[in-house]
Order: sequence, then structure tokens, then C-alpha cells
Amino acid sequence: MADITTSDTPGLTTADGRPLKSALAHAQARAKRRAFFLVLPLLAFVLITFVLPIGQMLFRSVHHDGFSSNMPALSAWFSENPRGTVPGEPAFAALAADLDQARINKSAGEIGTRINYDLPGTRSLFTSTARNADRLVAPYKDSMLAVNAQWDDARLWETMRGASSAITPNFYLSALDLQRAPDGSIERVPPENRVYLMLFERTFLLSAIIMGLTLILGYPVAHLLAVLPLRTSNLLMILVLLPFWTSLLVRTTSWIVLLQSQGVVNSTLVATGILTDETRIQMIYNQAGTIIAMTHILLPFMILPLYSVMRPIPPSYVRAARSLGASSWCAFRRIYFPQTIPGIAAGALLVFILAVGYYITPALVGGASGQLISNLIAFHMAKSNWSLAAAIAAILLAAVLVLYWLYDRLIGIDNLKLG
Amino acid sequence: MALPTYASPLEKLWYWTFRVICGLVFLFLIAPILIVIPLSFNIEPYFTFTEKMLALDPDGYSLRWYDGLLTFGMQMPDAPRDGAWWADVWHNATWVNAAKNSIIIGVFSTLLATFLGTLAALGLSRPEMPWRRAIMAILLSPMIVPLIITATGLFFFYSMTGLANSYIGVILAHATLGMPFVIITVTATLVGFDQSLTRAAANLGAPPSTAFFRITMPLILPGVISGALFAFVTSFDEVVVVLFIAAHDQQTIPRQMWNGIREQISPAILAVATILVIVSIALLTTVELLRRRSERLRGVTPG
Repeated sequence: MADITTSDTPGLTTADGRPLKSALAHAQARAKRRAFFLVLPLLAFVLITFVLPIGQMLFRSVHHDGFSSNMPALSAWFSENPRGTVPGEPAFAALAADLDQARINKSAGEIGTRINYDLPGTRSLFTSTARNADRLVAPYKDSMLAVNAQWDDARLWETMRGASSAITPNFYLSALDLQRAPDGSIERVPPENRVYLMLFERTFLLSAIIMGLTLILGYPVAHLLAVLPLRTSNLLMILVLLPFWTSLLVRTTSWIVLLQSQGVVNSTLVATGILTDETRIQMIYNQAGTIIAMTHILLPFMILPLYSVMRPIPPSYVRAARSLGASSWCAFRRIYFPQTIPGIAAGALLVFILAVGYYITPALVGGASGQLISNLIAFHMAKSNWSLAAAIAAILLAAVLVLYWLYDRLIGIDNLKLG
Repeated sequence: MALPTYASPLEKLWYWTFRVICGLVFLFLIAPILIVIPLSFNIEPYFTFTEKMLALDPDGYSLRWYDGLLTFGMQMPDAPRDGAWWADVWHNATWVNAAKNSIIIGVFSTLLATFLGTLAALGLSRPEMPWRRAIMAILLSPMIVPLIITATGLFFFYSMTGLANSYIGVILAHATLGMPFVIITVTATLVGFDQSLTRAAANLGAPPSTAFFRITMPLILPGVISGALFAFVTSFDEVVVVLFIAAHDQQTIPRQMWNGIREQISPAILAVATILVIVSIALLTTVELLRRRSERLRGVTPG
């Protein structure tokens, strides 16, 4: 009896006599589950068709067993002998045995390819030595050096040591223009071989330029659309939305047509006498082409967030500033502009995120100097250097995810609007 | 924003300069898209206006590039144009086959993305939804992650699971890419959705399914359709993933354009581009009309 009185003290129960608190908690848990089950199918779909493949790509960027699985004896020797051990007769005997096995399995090419990633020009060393591996005799060291003196190279042995475990950070080192010195320390590659950092730098620089250009071009237009009456601005908005809806390849094609040396812009300039046939400007298949076309393609992504922030700003604020004696510039700078900063942040971040990963437009109009890091990923994929492509992609992905996180913190991902 | 009567001459000057600047930006946005339309009727294989075209002489214009779209890849392009000729076009013309592939892939990936996306948007818009922010971030990430990274990941995944070189693989990938747009448009429609309407339906004895199909569905339908159109355009325009995971004979329109631009750009590309521009104008008009309808249904002030 005492129990019942204490539990009844709040005095509130549902019609079937259960305490209100637990009934409510029960109902809320059920509502939660119901909402979650609606989302679950899509979440599972995205996890399988999107997150899992990317996870697999990340795994591939640190994993390559082309060497370790085909060279068991030498890999065992590396794990028994610490770095710095001078490879003696046992090491060469293991190497010769593995190469002989590789000759039988026809896997010398795979082994050589793996080492070739880290030390270019060594693939043929493996294939040619393996081809005659059955003729190698003890003492193996002298016998192998007689075939090819390169087998004594300390850098080669360091590279093989790195490849002897399937999990390796070496592809990330390559993607950052770094390599292993013969003593195992990390050093920068010779200046003539440095490409990746330069391309990362160029990608971020061009993206920043494109972001700046879209802001300069988009701000006045967004402002005009925001202050015009809705009927007019909706009509003008179509001019912004049409490019947004038009195929990317169509827009890229248009820029080729406009900008190529026999194209519309150059021909018009020649026809009006500003240029002659000899001084036609090269505006495409270089960095300028990438910048112009991408600015055009990404401009709507700047205008739309700016517009949605500018539209609700009451015009009376600026008028009040003017009536208090501010010049029009001062009213803009101190009253209007600060209120548009959220829109600038949203548009600029969105444009930058999209620009950093662009592939199609730079590939078609960029020439050699307008290629971005995405094009390099595609290049290595085409060359079947998959682990390096995955490592570069992982670095790019990390950069994009940091920006995405920033976007979510500052603007909130659910505030993204499309037209 | 009419110019106030007290504006100084300098302000008047700025007022008009500002409009000229905006006009130029609009020109920058729209001119490159419209320029391909007249050029696609050029009788010469040039990418610039000939004198005859500028003089509006009918001899300067022709439909030869459109004709080329049909005949390219045909077995007997010079046969008389009867039923057999059209059958040849339907089965063998490269661009027609590309269009068929694009439409098949587009329609199925759109159906998948719209179904799953709408369901998820309904869940995400409920106030009780747990971990909403994190789940939303995951679901929208296919839109943010660079396509080349998605394509690289899918290439490894599909070559392992045997989905490479198949329609199913491309359709699944395109559904993933189109789904964020469905979520965004449908959740935008559900913002401000009056929950008391479904409660009223339940109160009047409607089971949840009836309440959904007779009350909720008609109200969110404009958002669902525009989300579906976004998803379709995303698939119809996508080339990177197709390049990485589709078989060689699985040509789509953007892939065929990509090949055309890389090898030898011909005015036939401009004819395709013109058709695509007209398609996008039609889609944009539809979406715009749907948006106004949705705003009217929800009682938002009409635009």
C-alpha cells in the first residue's frame, strides 16, 4: 500500500492507469524510432554505396601487397633484421629464392611495379633478373651483382624494406613530394621531381581566385535582385538559374566556342580592328580558360546564398543611416555590408569547396597550366597507380571535409538552398 | 529601389553605373549559353559567325549538324528515308543510343533517389528525429565530396563486387548523387508544414496511411517533383562516374560530348548543346511553376 501511495503522489496517470511520465517517455521513444526508421533505408543505402567505397579507397591508400605477398622470404628477412643492417648473403639468398618463385608465378612485373612507384626506373631490374633467376647460384650476392650492379644500391634496399609490409605510409609521402632516404629518414624529393605540392598549391590558389571573382561579380547582382520588386527579380532570377540548370558540358563547350583562337570573341575583336589575325589572344587551354569557365559555372552558387541573406534585410536600416547623416558609402560599409556577411561566408565556402574538387572543366579547357589536383588523380587512375591516386584523393578529401565541417558550423548544412 | 529625389549627381551616376555593371554580369551569365544556339545552325564547320549568318542570309544556315546527330554511327546513312532508315537510326545512331542510355539511367536512378530521399526527408523533418545533424551531414555529403573522389572509391568498390560495367552500378551511383537534392527540396517544403492537418485527419478517423496519401502527399508533391527533376538533371549531366565505372559501350550523352570535345570538337556538339539548353529551359520552367504552386498551397506570399 505504501508503494502505491508514493508512486501516486504526482497524482497524474493516463486513462489506463499508467503514470503519465512513463507513458510520455514511451510515446516519445516510439516517435523517435518511427522517425529513425523512415531515414534508415536511405542511410543504409548511402553507407553502402558511398561511405563504404570511400573507406575502401582510404584503405587502399595505405595498403599495397604487390611486393610483400610475392616476396615472402625477403619480407621475413626485413622483419628479422632492423633498419641499418647491411644486406649480406642471407638477404641475397632470400631475394634470389623469391625472384625464382616470381619467375614461376610470373609475378615479377607486379613486384617491380610496386618498387617502381617509390623508386622510378627499377621495374625492369626486377623483371630482367627474375627472368634468369634459375641461373643464380651461391654465393648469391656476387651472382646477383654480376647480373646487375644496381642490386647493391642502398636506396633500393630501403625502398624494398618499405614495401615489405603491406601497410605503408609511402604513398602519402609520394603525394607530398617526400621520399625515404637510404637511412630511412624522410626527405624531400629532388626539386625537378616535385609536382604534387605545386598542384595542391595551384588548386587552392585558383579556387581562391575563382571564389574572389564570383564574389565580386555576384555581390552587385544579388543586391540588385534583393532590392527589386519580387515580380521583376523573379524574372531576372531566371537568368541566374538557367546556367545552374544547364549541363556542365554545354557550358564548357560554350566557353571553348567563345574563347578559342578562331572563336567568337577573337573573331569579333579582329573584325572590329582591335586585334589583327596575328595577335589573336590565347584565352583557353591555359589557366585563364580554367578561371573564366569555372567562374561562370560557379557564379550561381555565390548569387543564390547571397540573395537569400540580402532579401530579408529591411531597406529602412540604410535609410535611417542616411537620415542620420551617413554618406551612401558609409551607410553601405557600416550598415548594409555587415548584415550580408553570413551570405558571403556561405557563398564563398560553397564555391571554394566545389572549385577545389573540379575535374571536368579543367580537363577540357585547362591545357597544361590549368590542371588541378583532381586531374592528377584521374591521371594516376588511368596509369593504374591506384594507391597513389587514392592517397592524393584522401588528402583532397580531408581538405574538403574540413571545409564542409566549417560550413556546417558556420552556416548549417540544412540551410543550403537551391533556387 | 527608385532613385530618391534628393540624390546627388554622383549618386545618380552610381545608380546607373551599378545597373550597367549588373547588366554586364547577367550578360556574362547568359550569353555563353545562348551563343551556341545560332552557331549550331551554321552551314560551315566553324565556331564563329560567318558573314552570311550576320546578314541573316538563309544560305548561311542549315540543319546539317542536327542531321549529323541522326546519321552518325548509322549503317546506311544514305539510304532513302523510309521506315527502315528510321529503324537504322533507332538501333545504330551513336547519339540516339547515348540518349537512350542516359534516359534509362536517369529515370531509374531518379525513381530510387526520390523514393528513398522523400522517405528520409519525412523522418528528418520530424522534431523527434535523433542525431539529426550528423545524419543530415552524412546524407548530404555526396553533393560536397568531389566527384573524382566518389568515382575513384566506386571504381575500387565495383571492381571488387562485380558491379562494374553494369547498368545497375551506374544507376546506384547516380541515385546516391541525386538523393541530396531530393532531401533538400522536400525538407524545404516540409518546413512550415502544419502538423495539425495530419492530426485533424487522424482525429476524423483516418489511418496514418490515408492521412499520408490524402493530406501530406498532395502538399509536399511539388517539392518531391522538383527534387526528382534535380536528381534527374544530376544523373543526366554526370560524366565522371560514368567514365570510371561504365563499360565502353555504355555511352551516355555527356560521355559522348566529353569524347567529342576531347578528340575533335565539331559543330555537332553545338547541336547537342542546343537541344540540352532547350531541355534545361523546359525543366527550369517546370520547377519554377512548381515552386509557385507549392508556395500558394502553403499560403506563403506568392512571388
